[in-house]
Amino acid sequence: MSEASEGSALGPEHRGPPPLDGVLDEPLVTLSAVSKTYATGIQALDRVDLAIGDHEFISLIGPSGCGKSTLLRLIAGLGAPSAGSIRRPEGESRRDIGFVFQEPTLMPWATVAANVGLPLKLAGVAPGAIRPRVEEGLARVGLAGFARAFPRELSGGMKMRVSIARALITRPRVLLMDEPFSAIDEPTRFQLFDDLLGLWSKARWTVVFVTHSLFDSVYLSNRVVVMTPRPGRIYGDLAIDQPYPRDALFRTSPEFGDWARRVAALMTSAAEPAAS
Amino acid sequence: MTPEPDRRTVILRIVVPVAVAAAGLALWEFLVAYYDVPRFVLPAPSAVWTSLVDDFAVLAGSWWLTVRITLEAYFLAVVGGVALAVLFSQSRLVELALFPYAVVLQVTPVVSIAPLVIIWVGLDHADRALLILAWVVAFFPILSNTTFGLRSVDHNLLNLFELYGATRWQVLTRLQLPSALPHLLAGMKISGGLALIGSVVAEFVAGSGTATGLAWRIVEAGNRLNIARMFAALILLSATGILIYLLLDRLEHLVLRRWHESVVRREN
Ligand SMILES: Nc1ncnc2c1ncn2[C@@H]1O[C@H](COP(=O)(O)OP(=O)(O)OP(=O)(O)O)[C@@H](O)[C@H]1O
Ligand SMILES: [Mg+2]
Repeated sequence: MSEASEGSALGPEHRGPPPLDGVLDEPLVTLSAVSKTYATGIQALDRVDLAIGDHEFISLIGPSGCGKSTLLRLIAGLGAPSAGSIRRPEGESRRDIGFVFQEPTLMPWATVAANVGLPLKLAGVAPGAIRPRVEEGLARVGLAGFARAFPRELSGGMKMRVSIARALITRPRVLLMDEPFSAIDEPTRFQLFDDLLGLWSKARWTVVFVTHSLFDSVYLSNRVVVMTPRPGRIYGDLAIDQPYPRDALFRTSPEFGDWARRVAALMTSAAEPAAS
Repeated sequence: MTPEPDRRTVILRIVVPVAVAAAGLALWEFLVAYYDVPRFVLPAPSAVWTSLVDDFAVLAGSWWLTVRITLEAYFLAVVGGVALAVLFSQSRLVELALFPYAVVLQVTPVVSIAPLVIIWVGLDHADRALLILAWVVAFFPILSNTTFGLRSVDHNLLNLFELYGATRWQVLTRLQLPSALPHLLAGMKISGGLALIGSVVAEFVAGSGTATGLAWRIVEAGNRLNIARMFAALILLSATGILIYLLLDRLEHLVLRRWHESVVRREN
């Protein structure tokens, strides 16, 4: 990774992940010139280069249809790129990845508890060991009383929280989230943000987080990756050098405004046709 | 969840058809008496009832034969249809190889293959021929619905299973079969009626009184111009069909009531 340098607010900025604890690990996942063209002939991604470092919290931001979900799926190993390569560390197990889909993606025939416990069940964990972890996971997303409910009895935001609880239950090393908070009300969202950040700073996780929200990206992440309209390319890469823990004070601070302005400027110039 | 709001619907659903039936029967009874219609053309409902009661021993025996063949054929159709559908879902090659024959079996009218089946197996075992023919009719909806259901798995859920390293067996039992369940149950509802139709039609074709199910009673009664008994047999057949349907409908409700939109009553 090149030396971190301040780019102009209007041009693409390229910065490496900030070194943590003085250790610069090699990237967890490296995408090199990854393109994806679907069988329908639609090109979703165009030569994406992205190095995802250990313990990063990356926000992926870009206009609708630019290939964010496609990129996230490729990172998870769902489907293969049409060109380019994706490198993961040796011996990395698939189960080290937690994935929150853009839709809740729950099994309608199973209770909330069974849905949340599914990853453990599939891994052959004994039911007795699954139950306490499911309870803990549901409590974390504020759904303690809903273990025996069925998905259709929940609201959209509650379903999404079930899906988040399911992704967290394996204590994954990499958490990939596709707009998980768009259907969740603000107080709950802030609560989840703080929980997520709390968990993230404790464990050595990596989070890649797709969002439409400028606000969420600045508040949560230490790195914002901005994509161009379809076919998606990486347009800019901005480190949010703001110490954690971040809290309500940060949300209303002038620094927050500065970061938001810079991300907004990047997004605006990424959307301009001249940029392509 | 509360039974309160639908009490009116329940009353309507029972009272209205019963009232219509009663009125129709009364009119029928009256018209037969008024115009003095001969018994061998159209018996009055009371005559049909008398026949049902008087000939009950004969009719009940035939009824049981028809029901037995229907149930056996149905059971084999469900087991065979689901098993074959699962096989298809596991191997595209098997599906490509066999599905066309299932279609051929389905589109060929059962009446036209009945004589053949009866010659091959039915000369010594008439009921076996009936069983095969009823099975042929009942089998296809199960197979095609289950095949469709196993295939219409939510794509993201499949990705999720893949992500967590699910085995083929886990995908089948925890994802594909539950996804297929509503389709299977819909197929089972269609097949239930078809099994009955199949066993009756087959018996008509077999004729000659080798098997004495309800179809044979109808033929026999027709030959003797015993129209009252013919009606009695008909009533038993319809009642059986209705019963099969209601039971399967109940089953569908019990299985799907917590999660599937088709049976869940939304409160909004
Ligand atoms: N399975 C698919 N088959 C064919 N085309 C697809 C498929 N999935 C996505 N696409 C196409 O690829 C492009 C990118 O889709 P993708 O879902 O990755 O966008 P996105 O950035 O996640 O959009 P949004 O923010 O609206 O969720 C779109 O134009 C879409 O039509
Ligand atoms: Mg998307």
